Amino acid sequence: MTKPVQYQFRLFVAGGTSNSLQAIANLRALCAAHLPDRHKIEIVDVFHEPTRALADGVFMTPTLVKLGPLPGQRIVGTLSQLPVVLQALGLGGIAA
Amino acid sequence: MKSTPIAPGPVPKKALTGIVGLDEITGGGLPQGRTTLLVGGPGSGKTIFALQFLAHGARIDDEPGIFVAFEESADRIVANADGFGWKLPELREKELFFIDAQPASDLIQSGNFDLGGMLAVLEAKVSEMGARRIVFDAIDIVLALLPDDEARRREVYHLHEWLLQHGLTGIITAKAGGEVTTPEDSQREQPFGFMQFMVDCAVVLNHCVVQGVSQRTLRVQKYRGSSFDENESPFLIGRNGFEVVVARPLGRGVMEVSKERVSSGIERLDTMLGGGYYRGATILITGFPGTAKTTLGGAFAEAACARGDRTLFVSFDADSSEVVRDLSSVGIRLAAHLDSGCLRMISARRVTGSAASYLVRIKTLAADMGARCVVIDPVSTWAKSNNGNSAHGVAELLIDFSKSEGITLLCTSLLDEMSQRQEANSSLQISTLADTWIQLDYLVQSGERNRGLAIIKSRGTSHSNQVRELILSDNGVTLADIYTAGGEVLMGTLRWEKESAERVAVEVADVAARLKRVRLDAEEAELEVRVRSLQTELVAKQTEKELLTHTTATRERELTHGDNRLRELRGADATPPKPK
Repeated sequence: MTKPVQYQFRLFVAGGTSNSLQAIANLRALCAAHLPDRHKIEIVDVFHEPTRALADGVFMTPTLVKLGPLPGQRIVGTLSQLPVVLQALGLGGIAA
Repeated sequence: MKSTPIAPGPVPKKALTGIVGLDEITGGGLPQGRTTLLVGGPGSGKTIFALQFLAHGARIDDEPGIFVAFEESADRIVANADGFGWKLPELREKELFFIDAQPASDLIQSGNFDLGGMLAVLEAKVSEMGARRIVFDAIDIVLALLPDDEARRREVYHLHEWLLQHGLTGIITAKAGGEVTTPEDSQREQPFGFMQFMVDCAVVLNHCVVQGVSQRTLRVQKYRGSSFDENESPFLIGRNGFEVVVARPLGRGVMEVSKERVSSGIERLDTMLGGGYYRGATILITGFPGTAKTTLGGAFAEAACARGDRTLFVSFDADSSEVVRDLSSVGIRLAAHLDSGCLRMISARRVTGSAASYLVRIKTLAADMGARCVVIDPVSTWAKSNNGNSAHGVAELLIDFSKSEGITLLCTSLLDEMSQRQEANSSLQISTLADTWIQLDYLVQSGERNRGLAIIKSRGTSHSNQVRELILSDNGVTLADIYTAGGEVLMGTLRWEKESAERVAVEVADVAARLKRVRLDAEEAELEVRVRSLQTELVAKQTEKELLTHTTATRERELTHGDNRLRELRGADATPPKPK
């Protein structure tokens, strides 16, 4: 087995709305289950840092940006459909 | 200039859009601090409308704006609008901010989301640049990503609230499948129908094709707290952007009515009209094909150029070079005026646009060259290629435009060969609007067709009630009196024959009269001679009579004297014996 790859995520949320809280919870749960000890999550609140949202072109919240490993990927929504999210993150094999 | 109240009372403040015609329809622009929904099908001009609204705000009204592009990229939008002269690249620095908010094509979606991120970004941007106007272009793109109608409604309400909170004048554009005009349509669920109830103002853009001709119309569907023109107005996207074709609103100043006369280019026609057309009048020339309508138009144009009036000649019949050649055959020389720039000719053999688009082209050209006279030959083309109603409206607008600019407008109109002669009305029904209406007609007689000209009406001028014959020759266009004899009207060679017959008759009569005079002279002379001889005779008779009287008197005296003498001689009593 090769050296585990570090997963880097940036999650844009809009304050404490229910969508945002759900997304944070879902992402944390996913990482704990599938990427233990090899993930990094940065949470950006667009109300506090709107310029970062603009810079990253994020207009829908919540938005998950996978920064690494490449290819990058964006997922919009509360991340509630686990299989879809895993598939998108290239973790489909692990989920199976 | 901010929105200006046009009537007393609580009129909502309005934000001028800078769109020609729309500001008139809405009485000053879109509701300020409120949201306007702009719906229309693909290619109906939503983006340009919205962009022009922003550009006007940024350039003229000192109201910076933000453009949220959900569909096209900002760079492409700016590039596409390059031709309109709005100087968008310069404005992008400060007064106009574009946000690319196109959802990525590979976007993956899982679970609910909202537009909170966008609003946060916008919030920051609005306060940073002090934006007053905002456009959400193609909101349907992002709404389509939302899972259900409820979510869509929630997001739109959220957005609307946000706009109101910030007092931004907003336009939201959305694609829609046209307007609800029939009962069947209203049964159909409009894609984002709920938005139309939510917003304060809704504008619908329609783009349809009628008989192969593209027609664009704009309609203000609702406008809370304001009166507006509720009708569909044709519009087009012209050189300066969006242009809505509207009639001159009531109350706008009309150019001073001129009493100046301008020549029709035909001397005798001027005489018939009592001096020519009025400047600024609308002249309609109707007739069947080949009745010399174009020739009258050409004669008018030539006379106008000769006066120094800049003239625009629009031909829907033939290329301008053909018109020039054809008119030169009847002595109307336009080439020199074309060269000097006094005359401008445009031709469109096929009508490729809607009547409204031609109207705007004509308006632009006329304004560019400062035309004082415009000839449109024939205006009826519009009616053929359009549904008559819109063409009629456009013709009215054309007349309205020329009147307000003081342009003398001459339109020719083709009568349909099949149409009833009695009707004698052009399908555009502009004859009622025209100030002067000249009817050209054929008279077929003895195997000849001849052109007749009659002035049906001419407002404000005394005009001849007579039909004249229109004669085209190398030397020009003239009118001739038609010959009426024994109740029949004669034209052409018949008139000529009749005229020459009359000339002969006159000559014969002349000779006869001269003969008679000679004879009378002779008789007179004879009588005079007789009178003189009789007078002589009379004198002779009088002399004779005098002589006779004298002789008689002498004799009587002699007799009396002789008696007395005799008595003396006889020695008789000197006095006769007195009776006892």
